[in-house]
Amino acid sequence: MTDNIRYIIESLLFVSKEPLSPDRIRAVLEGSDTNAIRAALKSLAEEYEARKGGFFLREVAGGYQLRSRPEYKEWIKRLTQSSAPRLSKASLETLAIVAYKQPIIRADIEHIRGVDSGAILRVLLERKLIRVLGRKEIPGRPMIYATTKQFLEIFDLKDLKDLPSPKEFEELGKAAPEFPEPESV
Amino acid sequence: MNIGKMCQLFLHSVKNNASIINAEMLYLPFILLNFLFRSYMPTKNHPWKSPRLPFQRYNDISVFMYEVKIENIFEGPMDLLVFLIRKNEVDIYDIPIALITEQYLAYLDWMKAMSIDLAGEFLVMAATLAQIKSKMLLPVHDGDAGEADDPRMELARPLLEYLKIKSLAESLAKRQMLGEDVFARSPDKQEIAAEYEEDALIKVGLFELIDAFQRILENLPASHFIDLSDEKISIKDRIAEIVDVLEKQGSATFDELFSADTGKSDMIVTFLAVLEMAKLCLVRITQHVQSGIIRLFYL
Repeated sequence: MTDNIRYIIESLLFVSKEPLSPDRIRAVLEGSDTNAIRAALKSLAEEYEARKGGFFLREVAGGYQLRSRPEYKEWIKRLTQSSAPRLSKASLETLAIVAYKQPIIRADIEHIRGVDSGAILRVLLERKLIRVLGRKEIPGRPMIYATTKQFLEIFDLKDLKDLPSPKEFEELGKAAPEFPEPESV
Repeated sequence: MNIGKMCQLFLHSVKNNASIINAEMLYLPFILLNFLFRSYMPTKNHPWKSPRLPFQRYNDISVFMYEVKIENIFEGPMDLLVFLIRKNEVDIYDIPIALITEQYLAYLDWMKAMSIDLAGEFLVMAATLAQIKSKMLLPVHDGDAGEADDPRMELARPLLEYLKIKSLAESLAKRQMLGEDVFARSPDKQEIAAEYEEDALIKVGLFELIDAFQRILENLPASHFIDLSDEKISIKDRIAEIVDVLEKQGSATFDELFSADTGKSDMIVTFLAVLEMAKLCLVRITQHVQSGIIRLFYL
């Protein structure tokens, strides 16, 4: 019976295009409890880990998803040929600010970065990494930004609490790390 | 030599030897023309001209055609400051303001010479640096001494904040990104959405939306009770709810959005939320040509 559940769940994971939450699986299975489902997911994950095959099971954005192993990314890229343009350094910084400080308005983002960020916010909105939650009821009614579920999916995060924690910077300057020289022209 | 004549000669020879032209050769007449114009112009030195560099002489020729645009060397004033602090290996809590300001201004000059457009923010930072320096020169009065904050903290605090974000961005980039390092099944929903578009959908204007809303209101069962409770949902909250629905399904029909609403005021809030979302470009609203169903697509 347990094997049966395992394989049903495996088939669901195989077909699903987005991370499957245990609740969603339970709704499909009808009448098995979440613990059994979690146990099945865990044993599936261990099985894939032991097999060291082409894919593994990741817990991401509140669900579980089969993903190809990073070792084989070059091959996948050859197959799909289309990959979204990488996020620029500036976009990543802006995204990090939204992720850690959300909900946040544009003025606060620009205060931290020290530069205009309107164009970058538009790019992030287009790529559905952030979304508008609404407007803040202060003069000018600025828009409030927050990250999306897609952000969690793309950055391999279980939830927002899973964000990497900030490091300390007390010793900055003393141990100067390598820092890129400005490109000479 | 007469430069106008030179241009003419050059163009003539290019015409006759069409086979040997490459793109660079076409620049030459422009450069010559540039000289021609310059020789007519008064040779007054413009005060806003960039500082003279050793290669300025050659620059005069090249700057016209080969103007190099460099972007994103420093994302902003903070980036430049971080670079200077690291370069000088100084403590962020003990920044030698005079030294950093001097180098900061030198970099601004250098960037100007390189024809990099300087954003106003760079100048604001320069002013802030000067202000901090002047504050430090002022004597501290006995009354507010002791507790007085080091004026340099004005700089250190936002710098630390910025550095924190920078390292967080770096650690985000190092994660195993979907679509970059790892892949899931058919991740490009974009292509599916593109196919949809060809399925005879027209974009809906405001009046069709109002029409549809009227119809929904007409279907509202006539009720003789008036609800006096003031538990009303705000447009902002409603937008968040609709976004949740759209994120889950990718799209939703116009009617579907109103199914959960009970009263007229709720419906109006929903309608206003849809309008607001359209204005914010959060959704694309289309209507099927045959069925007349209005559908919202999450952008």
